[in-house]
Amino acid sequence: MKHWPLVAVLLLALFPLVAGEYFVNLASQVLIAVVFASSLNLLVGHGGMTSLGHASFLGISAYVSAWLGLKMGLGHAFTAPAALLVTTLVGMVFGWISLRATGLGFLMLTLALSQVVWGLAYRLVSVTNGDNGLSGLTRPQPFGWDLDASDNFYWFTLLVTCVAMFLMTRFIHSPFGASLRGTRDQPRRMNALGYNVWAIRWVTFVASSFFAGVAGLLYVYFNKYIHPTAMGVPVSAEALLSVIAGGAGTVYGPALGALLVVVLKNYASAYIERWNILLGLVFLFIVIFMPAGLTPALSAGVRWLRGKKQ
Amino acid sequence: MTAALEVIKLCKSFGGIAVTQDVSLCVEPGERRLIIGPNGAGKTTLFNQIAGEIGSDSGTVRVFGQDITRLPVRARAHVGVSRTYQVITLFPKDTLVHNVTLGILGVNRRRFEVFKALLPQGGIHEHALRVLDGVGLKDRAGTLAGELSYGEQRRAEIAIAMAQSPRLLLLDEPLAGLSQDERGIVRDLIAAIPRDTTIVMIEHDMDVALAFAERISVLHYGKLIVEGDREAVVAHPLTREVYLGV
Repeated sequence: MKHWPLVAVLLLALFPLVAGEYFVNLASQVLIAVVFASSLNLLVGHGGMTSLGHASFLGISAYVSAWLGLKMGLGHAFTAPAALLVTTLVGMVFGWISLRATGLGFLMLTLALSQVVWGLAYRLVSVTNGDNGLSGLTRPQPFGWDLDASDNFYWFTLLVTCVAMFLMTRFIHSPFGASLRGTRDQPRRMNALGYNVWAIRWVTFVASSFFAGVAGLLYVYFNKYIHPTAMGVPVSAEALLSVIAGGAGTVYGPALGALLVVVLKNYASAYIERWNILLGLVFLFIVIFMPAGLTPALSAGVRWLRGKKQ
Repeated sequence: MTAALEVIKLCKSFGGIAVTQDVSLCVEPGERRLIIGPNGAGKTTLFNQIAGEIGSDSGTVRVFGQDITRLPVRARAHVGVSRTYQVITLFPKDTLVHNVTLGILGVNRRRFEVFKALLPQGGIHEHALRVLDGVGLKDRAGTLAGELSYGEQRRAEIAIAMAQSPRLLLLDEPLAGLSQDERGIVRDLIAAIPRDTTIVMIEHDMDVALAFAERISVLHYGKLIVEGDREAVVAHPLTREVYLGV
């Protein structure tokens, strides 16, 4: 039972052998959403800081990578770390601004900042190409590995997702992660115990923006195209939805939530034009019947079944 | 010898109401000091000024000779000041041992570790269990703090503060709301705290408080009106008038 994440990864790695290209590409999108939602979970679930502007980090990372490649002609070996660096630096500044407030004020600040970034992407046409977006991008070829093939791209994304999830899980389980949850539950006491509450929150904000940047890189590699809508409020909201629906503050809940959102989006949109209504209904159902989210509800269900067996 | 706690002409007003007026007191290392006074006398405000949660308008607070008047709250923990709260302030969704662990980590460099796991084993965990043993809650280590009985939560409050091995411990009504039996338990565990921790306590239970105190300071409307050793303060006419009511 202890090794089940490893087993899950192995099974996931076998997925392209049994599934067609459409499903492999869908799975890649799910993985990208998993990284993105999990990065937001650091902030929302473990830090108790609800952000509605997380998409700006995904977008900034994607745009920086695309712009450096297209306009500067730089290779992926340079653009990827540069994109992560810029995203993290922006995360430092945005965190510093947003953490002037807590709670609803924090949410409004993150929303406002992300709207500024989104507006820039639309209006700063000379850099971002405005509403046309940046197209004609390439996927990297690490060590000659051709990522243009769907299967290869899926495996690459799976690898990056595993590393990112591993790092985030370590972060959560570290003493720092423990103190982060302490500042979420009892900030006054944490302060009296000698913790720098503001700094803990800020470091988490920056780490969270870094991992959102990783998701942004995967996003731009997958689509080979970037448009301002990638950093719009709906993207932030979907990630927040994934976190809350899956179980904020759990390790794998946001991943489950992201799977749900992406699959619903792709399937439902084929049948119903207003798939947002369906997503809203599912979300309502989860919030009403499983207020802690899917994962806590599922594990409670498993415990209940086991108790019945004995 | 440097005093453990030295408060010099400390003042604090909220609007036009002076809550702390020129309070000066000096607590020797290892001393057990009791602060009493009627409701609204400014006892908790004085505590919050010493702990840093409320800033002071004027005056000085020194802990073992170090001026901490302008130090932020979190820095005072590192000087060796720990406190408990009158209103229980635990981490209710975490286990008791994790609550104590957070107390230990607050003054431990390991709190900066980002990638090393905080496993339920190793030195810090052992330390936390020893602290819990000290307050008689070792067998409750795995229970969620929010599921402990009220009396156990009162003891957990003290355990978190003691986990920091403080030089100066501020106890804000550690017996509030406890039954007679539980009072006895908490009294004994406070009595068992070694003398290298200086204790300042606010308490209304006179039976326990008087047995504990070596010296007593009486606050009334933000002013220190009587101070001295136990017998002198209890016998003082002002104490009897404003507090004991006899």
